Amino acid sequence: MAGSKKGFIKFVVKRVVTVYIIVMVAVYLTIIIANMGGYVDEIMKGQLMLQIRMQLKGNPEYSTLPPAELEKIAQGIYEEELKRRGLDQPFFIRSFVYMKDALTLDLGRALYMTSEGGSRLVKLIILERLPYTVMLFTTAMLINFTLHLVIGLYLSRRHGSKIDKLFIALAPTSIIPGWFYGIFLILIFAAYLRVLPYGGILDVPPPTDPIARTLNILEHMVLPLSSWIIAAFFLGCYGRRTFFLIFSTEDYVEAAKAKGVPSRRLTTQYILRPTLPPIITGFALSLIGSWSGAIITETVFNWPGLGLIAYQAIGAFDTPVILGFTVIYAYLLAATVVILDILYGLVDPRIKVMYGR
Amino acid sequence: MGAEGMELGFKGVLKELLAYKSGALGVVILVFLVALSIYTVVAIPYDKAIKLWRGEEEVWIENPRNAQPIWVKYWEYLRGRNLPETIKRDTSDSKQYGVYKSLRAIPGTNLKRLYIEFSFKYEYDDFPSEINIFFSSKFNESAPILRIAWEKPGGNKIELLDFIPRDKYDRLYLSIEHDVLKVLRSYVEEKLYALGKNPEVPLSVEKALFAVEDESMSSSLTVKPLKGTYKLIIEGLLFGKDSDVDARLIIYGKVYGMCGTDHLRRDLTIAMLWGLPIALSFGLIASLTITFLQLIIATISGYYGGWIDALIQRLTELYMILPFLPFLIMIAAFYKLDIWVILAAIIILNIFGGGIKSTRALVMQIKEYPYIEAARAYGASSKRIVLLYIIPKILPPVIPGLIGAVPGYVFLEAALSLLGLGDPFLPTWGKVINDSYRWGALYKGYYYWVLQPSFMLILTAFAFAFIGFALDKIVNPKLREI
Repeated sequence: MAGSKKGFIKFVVKRVVTVYIIVMVAVYLTIIIANMGGYVDEIMKGQLMLQIRMQLKGNPEYSTLPPAELEKIAQGIYEEELKRRGLDQPFFIRSFVYMKDALTLDLGRALYMTSEGGSRLVKLIILERLPYTVMLFTTAMLINFTLHLVIGLYLSRRHGSKIDKLFIALAPTSIIPGWFYGIFLILIFAAYLRVLPYGGILDVPPPTDPIARTLNILEHMVLPLSSWIIAAFFLGCYGRRTFFLIFSTEDYVEAAKAKGVPSRRLTTQYILRPTLPPIITGFALSLIGSWSGAIITETVFNWPGLGLIAYQAIGAFDTPVILGFTVIYAYLLAATVVILDILYGLVDPRIKVMYGR
Repeated sequence: MGAEGMELGFKGVLKELLAYKSGALGVVILVFLVALSIYTVVAIPYDKAIKLWRGEEEVWIENPRNAQPIWVKYWEYLRGRNLPETIKRDTSDSKQYGVYKSLRAIPGTNLKRLYIEFSFKYEYDDFPSEINIFFSSKFNESAPILRIAWEKPGGNKIELLDFIPRDKYDRLYLSIEHDVLKVLRSYVEEKLYALGKNPEVPLSVEKALFAVEDESMSSSLTVKPLKGTYKLIIEGLLFGKDSDVDARLIIYGKVYGMCGTDHLRRDLTIAMLWGLPIALSFGLIASLTITFLQLIIATISGYYGGWIDALIQRLTELYMILPFLPFLIMIAAFYKLDIWVILAAIIILNIFGGGIKSTRALVMQIKEYPYIEAARAYGASSKRIVLLYIIPKILPPVIPGLIGAVPGYVFLEAALSLLGLGDPFLPTWGKVINDSYRWGALYKGYYYWVLQPSFMLILTAFAFAFIGFALDKIVNPKLREI
């Protein structure tokens, strides 16, 4: 047993190191792509030079100087500014500095974007939007998860019934993504019936009373939330149902049934229990996934979450924000993967045997 | 597990597929869509489609802006409303009904007198969307002076304005001409005062020109179109011997063609039709390539094991951590790609994606089968075993997934277009939705603009989804039992 413990620790360390290396590679790839291999620097340098020239031109102190002299001064300031920002070094070297900063979560300042409070700190910009995303997409994910689980279990126990057949027939509706249902919901409830808002999170001007404010936010959540619930509903329930059915046709379940195990115990002990690991994995991954927001749904509904920020950052070439977004997401996912690995290593006897030698 | 699927062959699978109601429906829709795309590619060749779609306003100038599709007209007709179609009158087309032109020299001078009269019947229950007159004139030193007047069915005549073409080709946008609007405002006011009413909401040029002249004229909301024969009269004075003027009057309607028009007057039929072959090829190529590459990678990983397996496993983990959509959007936004490069980017961002793990597990199972061992025993090379013995065995279970994944890529392209990152030249459904969204189709009630491309997307998606689901039951008989 002592040997198995040592082996397990070795497995955990190995896993953590591999996953961390993977995170490093992912972050480096993001740096290369988000900087267009150094091209964003060229844009920044050009803007810097322009800015300096404009400043000098507007400064009456320098207005009497001949153009050549002025250009020389501009060059001097430019060189100094490059050094100050660290732009004088080649991109290859700087890319590793960026990577170190990103991995230590020193996210730095945004190039153009600001938080609602006016701050340039990437951390603030991201943290400010996170609650909006969690509010919408984590709620959607939790509702979906529960609905699919409960209805899936219900269907699996009544498989072959009319309602079961209805769910099977309607499963293809989930081929249409949530944002697409969103457009239809806007068309029906906002444009045609005029009972719900087109998008956004609050009315303009927003209500000041906290209760009215909460209600207003809830009102704005109805359509995006519904679009995600509708899009996933039938396939989600069908998937869970089939998943449970496969487990409930296993020999040991049949044996238990033959032995006369009561139906409730059969469900909880013989069907739900062995299906728990994949359900937990799915839950954890979609939970993390829900925190990254959904670029397209947020764009369609103009929902000010992380997805919209990511999209705006991409549109503005704001590499620090893009990088910050990717790094946080990568860390969260990597941590989830490692924790799940360890949990299963502890719980699942098969994995224990594999690494316990 | 896939053996039965293999032995059925293509014909057998098709027969089984048609036995499922949804499968048969999917096949019927798909056959229709493929036929329609072949027709599209033949009838409107690629270059012509792009030229038309990217064409300057010149190509489309005779179309109304944001006109509803013709099916809306039929629908409204049933409800007792006849929506206006575009009316054209052209003096260079002498055979046309409702066109009269005379050009006479004034004796003893270098001058000519021009008289053009366009007449047309207007029997619609709504106002036209716009009125333009296009002139093509021949003159040497001085431009002709044209006096334009409007005559309503009752015989009421309104002098609209004097117009001097500045160029050989000139146009008069009556609807936005300030002088015309002023003339019409005072005309309407005069009529209303005579009735003892005051103007409330001022009328636009089209409404004033076509209004029933009673109290309803006081507001743009209550005004009704007057039915009957209208006349537009152009009287002109021309200078020079071979001077001449031809005019073309266009009263833009509110319906146009099968699918209506967009904000640039473009015929949406082109986008609806051309979106189809693009969507089909995009979705199929993406799904096929990604599935097969994943299949091969998974097989290599599972069969060879060792460091190759470890490397591939780590790569799949890397792909899991990379945020797919932000990455794709970043690449599309930074590098301004056309649709086929975006397709390549999607493929690259997916080759180490989710499908690998399950296929690899399957390969590891099959690897231990006796027939593989037998092959190895008689000295078959690894390449031969992988390509001829393993891949054909694991192919059937992935086919339903392949078909079912097609709509995902079609919607992905639409999503990119919706974000404004699609192909800059090609007319795709996503781009039409993007245009409609950007130009406020939902606010303004141009529902057809959103609904038509959406309908096409859904039709395409369902065709593949139905087939995919039915195939799944055929190749995985276990699903059929439960």
